[in-house]
Amino acid sequence: MNELVLIVLLLGSLFTISALLIWVERRLLGHWQERYGPNRVGPGGILQSAADAIKLLAKEDWTPPFADKPVFVLAPAVVVSAVLLSFAVVPFTPSLIVADLNIGLLFVFALSSLSAYSIVLAGWASNSKYALIGGLRGSAQMFSYEVFMGLSVMGVVMLAGSFRLRDIVEAQQDLWFCIPQMIGAGIFFIAALAETHRLPFDIPEAEAELVAGYHTEYSGMKFGMFFLGEYLGIVLMSSLTVILFLGGWQGPWLPPLVWFWLKTFMVIMVFFLIRATLPRPRFDQLITFGWTVLLPASLLNLLVTAIIILTNGHDAL
Amino acid sequence: MNPVISGLKALWRIFARLFKRPVTIEYPDQPLPVSSRWRGRIVLSRDPDGEERCVACYLCSVACPVDCIALQATEDAHGRRYPDWFRINFSRCIFCGYCEEACPTYAIQLVQDFEMSEYRRTSLVYEKDDLLISGTGKYPDYNFYRVAGVAIGGKDKGDAEREQPPVDVRSLLP
Amino acid sequence: MTKARNHSVTIHVDGRSFQADAQRNLLESCLSLGFNLPYFCWHPAMGSVGACRQCAVKQFKDESDTNGLIVMACMTPSAEGTRISIDDPEAREFRSSVIEWLMLNHPHDCPVCDEGGECHLQDMTVMTGHVSRRYRESKRTYRNQYLGSFVTHEMNRCIQCYRCVRFYRDIAGGEDLNAFGSRDRLYFGRMQDGTLENEFSGNLVEVCPTGVFTDKTLSHHYSRKWDMQSTPSICSHCSVGCNVHLAERAGIMRRVTNRYHSRINGYFLCDRGRFGYEYVNHPQRLRRPAVRPSRENSAPLISLSPAEALARLRSRLSERKRIVGVGSPRASLESNYALRTLVGREHFFSGMSIVEHRDASLILQILTDGPAPSWSIQQVEQADAALILGEDLVHTAPRLALALRQSVREQPMEQLDGLNIHRWQDAAVRTALQGQRGPLYIGSVAGTSLDDVATRTFRGSPCDIARLGCAVAHEICHDSPRISELTSEESALIREIARALASAKRPVVAVGAGTGEAWIIKAAANVAWALHRRGVAAGLVFAPHECNTLGLSLLGGNSFEQTTAIEGDRDRDALLILENDLRRRLETATLNRWLERFDPIIVIDHVDDAILDQAGFVFPASPIACSDGSLVNHEGRVQRFFSAIAKEQDVQVSWRWIQDIGRVSSLESFHAMADWTSLEQIHAAMAEDFPVLRRIGEAAPPAQFRIAGQKIPRAPHRFSGRTVLPVLETIHEPQPPHDPESPLAFSMEGTPSQPPSPLVPFFWSSGWNSNEALNKFQDEVGRSLHNEHLGIRLLEPQPDARSRFFENPPPRYERRNNQLLLVPLPRLFGSEELSARASAIQEQIPKAAVVLHPREADRLGLRKGQAVDVTAPGLTRRLPFETDETMAGGLAGLRLTPGGVSVPLPAWATLKGAPSP
Repeated sequence: MNELVLIVLLLGSLFTISALLIWVERRLLGHWQERYGPNRVGPGGILQSAADAIKLLAKEDWTPPFADKPVFVLAPAVVVSAVLLSFAVVPFTPSLIVADLNIGLLFVFALSSLSAYSIVLAGWASNSKYALIGGLRGSAQMFSYEVFMGLSVMGVVMLAGSFRLRDIVEAQQDLWFCIPQMIGAGIFFIAALAETHRLPFDIPEAEAELVAGYHTEYSGMKFGMFFLGEYLGIVLMSSLTVILFLGGWQGPWLPPLVWFWLKTFMVIMVFFLIRATLPRPRFDQLITFGWTVLLPASLLNLLVTAIIILTNGHDAL
Repeated sequence: MNPVISGLKALWRIFARLFKRPVTIEYPDQPLPVSSRWRGRIVLSRDPDGEERCVACYLCSVACPVDCIALQATEDAHGRRYPDWFRINFSRCIFCGYCEEACPTYAIQLVQDFEMSEYRRTSLVYEKDDLLISGTGKYPDYNFYRVAGVAIGGKDKGDAEREQPPVDVRSLLP
Repeated sequence: MTKARNHSVTIHVDGRSFQADAQRNLLESCLSLGFNLPYFCWHPAMGSVGACRQCAVKQFKDESDTNGLIVMACMTPSAEGTRISIDDPEAREFRSSVIEWLMLNHPHDCPVCDEGGECHLQDMTVMTGHVSRRYRESKRTYRNQYLGSFVTHEMNRCIQCYRCVRFYRDIAGGEDLNAFGSRDRLYFGRMQDGTLENEFSGNLVEVCPTGVFTDKTLSHHYSRKWDMQSTPSICSHCSVGCNVHLAERAGIMRRVTNRYHSRINGYFLCDRGRFGYEYVNHPQRLRRPAVRPSRENSAPLISLSPAEALARLRSRLSERKRIVGVGSPRASLESNYALRTLVGREHFFSGMSIVEHRDASLILQILTDGPAPSWSIQQVEQADAALILGEDLVHTAPRLALALRQSVREQPMEQLDGLNIHRWQDAAVRTALQGQRGPLYIGSVAGTSLDDVATRTFRGSPCDIARLGCAVAHEICHDSPRISELTSEESALIREIARALASAKRPVVAVGAGTGEAWIIKAAANVAWALHRRGVAAGLVFAPHECNTLGLSLLGGNSFEQTTAIEGDRDRDALLILENDLRRRLETATLNRWLERFDPIIVIDHVDDAILDQAGFVFPASPIACSDGSLVNHEGRVQRFFSAIAKEQDVQVSWRWIQDIGRVSSLESFHAMADWTSLEQIHAAMAEDFPVLRRIGEAAPPAQFRIAGQKIPRAPHRFSGRTVLPVLETIHEPQPPHDPESPLAFSMEGTPSQPPSPLVPFFWSSGWNSNEALNKFQDEVGRSLHNEHLGIRLLEPQPDARSRFFENPPPRYERRNNQLLLVPLPRLFGSEELSARASAIQEQIPKAAVVLHPREADRLGLRKGQAVDVTAPGLTRRLPFETDETMAGGLAGLRLTPGGVSVPLPAWATLKGAPSP
């Protein structure tokens, strides 16, 4: 019963947060471009996302006649549910956690691989050239970066000695892993950008060349689900960054939940700032960068971490 | 290492913008200053004597690249030309200002007003009554009929600027 | 007659060699070769006087000459080896200085000037590159004159090129326009304000290179040339068939301009043709079908939609077996043919009055059976002797009268060859000829406008004129009937005329049908045929009554003389009247008696005046200006006209109404016309029925004609207001109106290239916005148009026919004791039905009156200002009378004006002074 309440609360707050994030991102982007951003709906424009949601809901729920209908409808649902499921293992505080799995990290990776399906399926089911190219790009990108992402956190797992996320946070009591796992943190962050296909890695939806990539044919609330999934993904990846490298809920004076969200928002801000700053690379540049730089670097990081642990024991760090 | 450093510098530069004032003018709340040569709504002006400046020469209508100006010339009892009706279809107007360029009498002018949205396209068809203003607009002094050779009520032949009195055809003096 | 071009010479222009005509001056040669050389005073129909100094070019002695000499191109012949430069800097400088000084006094008027946008002075100023007035002193001004309802005068704009007076006096023979004053006070105008008297004054508008003379009717609904959709059409106000451009904008006919035709009108139109167009804009023009519920005269007509009107007609025609049709000489050939097809040959009346019908058939017979050809206007202009019989042609075929006026210069011109003077050297020619005139003899009932150039004139009654003609024919060839009882004076005149005609190379006999005396036509034929027997290639020119009189005559049809043959029966016969006001054709009592026999009476017309009180159904026809069809002119040339105004709601061309009426009737004959959808189909059917009309379809390119897949645009490419003109009906821009019946489009979209001559919608060429752009449409200046189709001449003579002369000429006119012979005096303004509805023409229409020689007036004891009671069969009217010294004695002239009388004239009438009020 307790857990059910927790799940409902969690779902509610996650939706609210991602909706707010859309507004926050647009306001921040606005200010970074010396303009206001949405400031008309509600105080400071805070209800902008609500207005957008109403608009999207009120729009005709149109499925193109040439689409593969069941798959077309399924795809947006997959992305949202995969991301939401991942939150089950996220420890917001030592006690606030839906399912404290001992393979928590692997569970997250498994589900994020699942969300790659949604892109492929959306691209395929749309039956349009832009969507298909977007879907193909998305799958290539996500499969590649999944590898480095997994490898980059292996250092953390070695240091913590556990896949359970709560153990990983507790292992950072004295020192956040972002210090010993500097390289791992960097690679993870880059991979996280790619996983959420945020700018500069929004190649599957590259507006300039693919109209809107895999969700070209989507409109109404189905499009809204992709949008929501993207922002939920940002929250998830930011939470993971905080849990794996920035000490999770740990911090002085303030209650753990506050610390957790504070850190998460900082990371989200960095996501936005990178979007505002960096241009989009070419697709081949992205893949080449991954396989020639990130893969060796993460392997090296793993090797060095392993060597140090082997020579000095767990306490060496 | 250079790309990383320049990337970080860029990140900082963008972030620092957070503390700058946006350049946006919040238009409907704040008035929008437009330049004095702004090409907005089209008006028909009057000459310094308060008469219609338009002499219905049709040059604006032929200059108009979207053909949205039409008029019909007519003449008063004393020979003064003016438009019987003058119509601009603003739902077609592109505010290029060619009509003003073409106008030989400074009658047609583009003014700063641009707030002319309507719910029905027919409301954007302006007749002479809607176009004619009571002043001289941007050019306070010019009066075409003072320099033209035609006679109108109140200005006989030879009364225009730099004109000699009418020739006495019957004179045989050398 | 185009002269054989055996005078080809080589001239060198700016280093390139060209072939030119040695009979031409350099300006003409340069323009013919396509060069842009500015000019003002030269006019292709008037020659050169070298007054304006604008066409300066540099001439070089030979190849080695580099200095050259500035000469006026219009005054220099194109001689073999002439070397000139148009582009020479000095010549350019010279030309731009000329413009600059012409512009010293030119007012700042272009925006309010009607000529603006089609001004030769504007074009030439741009061509020479003069842009800014450097002279800072004041401008000379003039007072203007009132010149009548046709032409506006604005003397300030004058550049003293003299074209106006040269046209008005030298070409048109006018007296009341002249050059006055001296030095830079030169003034072109009249002695005092007043209407220009000449019948061709409207040409001043086109002749004047700037805006001194402008079209006053245009200024009442002014539109710039670039804004008007213009259409090639044929003037329908007389039988000559001048080619015109009709200009329209927003459904209003704006003006008529001359459309050059090398065989007919050339460069000039008459005022009736130019200013008579406003009948199209007449507020009372019929535009909706109407039905009269009962035959009571008082019952008004009720407007209905076409479908409702036709449905009502169906119920009235259902049990009927026959329709009797009345054609019209002012309707197109196609509409008349459609009527004839529907009602059948035996029920088809030509619709002409008995006299008109007889005259037209006679003319047709003379032109098809005899050896003398009918001559075009241009051939008449080059005739070297002329005999006019009948009436004042300026009132019935004005352009023909203008051509006859030119012909008197033809014979003296032959001396020029020996004097080494070219025909284009206008001043030199006039000096050399010293006012000499070739033979022109006129036999008429009253003075004519050509009397001033006539060698001798003869006044007499219509039969005396016919006797004169017959006597001349007898004098030329004794096979033709002899005339007895001639006075010695008459015999001397007859011998003189016979000698002049027989010794001429190209004599012409011109006849007006206006007097109503058939023997005048026969006499003219006798003269022409007699000349042919003598081996002289004489021509004949007739002036039938209306624009399609000959065409209608070709279709046959019954004369109203045969009305009794059709035993009308109210229960069996309906009457269909096509574009015809029968009150003008039949005497009222006869007409009413005839109409009594029919029910219902259906009228297809556009003139509200033509609606009879008895008419039960009225269908609005589109007038000739707004429809497509063909007309046959006085020489038997069939020409196509095209609609100047897009289809108006509820109005359609007559043949379509006839088709609709056929559809609601139960006539068998309808099946022959059931699937006519285009003129081409009617032409094919006509060609089958009438061998003489087999080439009618070739008069102009067919409706399917395209240039590179595109139609020919009626609107210039600068046409304005496209997105605002229709907004009062719809804010959504509609498609341009369709025109399935012609290769022309009511649009500015279409081919930019020059179409064949019958389809040229307006004269414009880059840099040439005025009508002078015509140069760019001619193969050679003043000659044929590019890709010229002249229309099809239907009537060719039988050159070897030894036709029999008309025998039994009438006896000498015997005056009766108490009666005078009433003869018609047609007027240019007023006698023609349609033009008389135009407002500008209405101002010029003279009052209806009886014209008498002063002696006759004295004899009748009439006092000045007294009215006259005229009594003739079918006519009782009280009219004012006027005396005229030139009126033949023993006659009373009846001036025909609208609302006048229709009795068969000439007729014996009793005139009595009305008791003073």
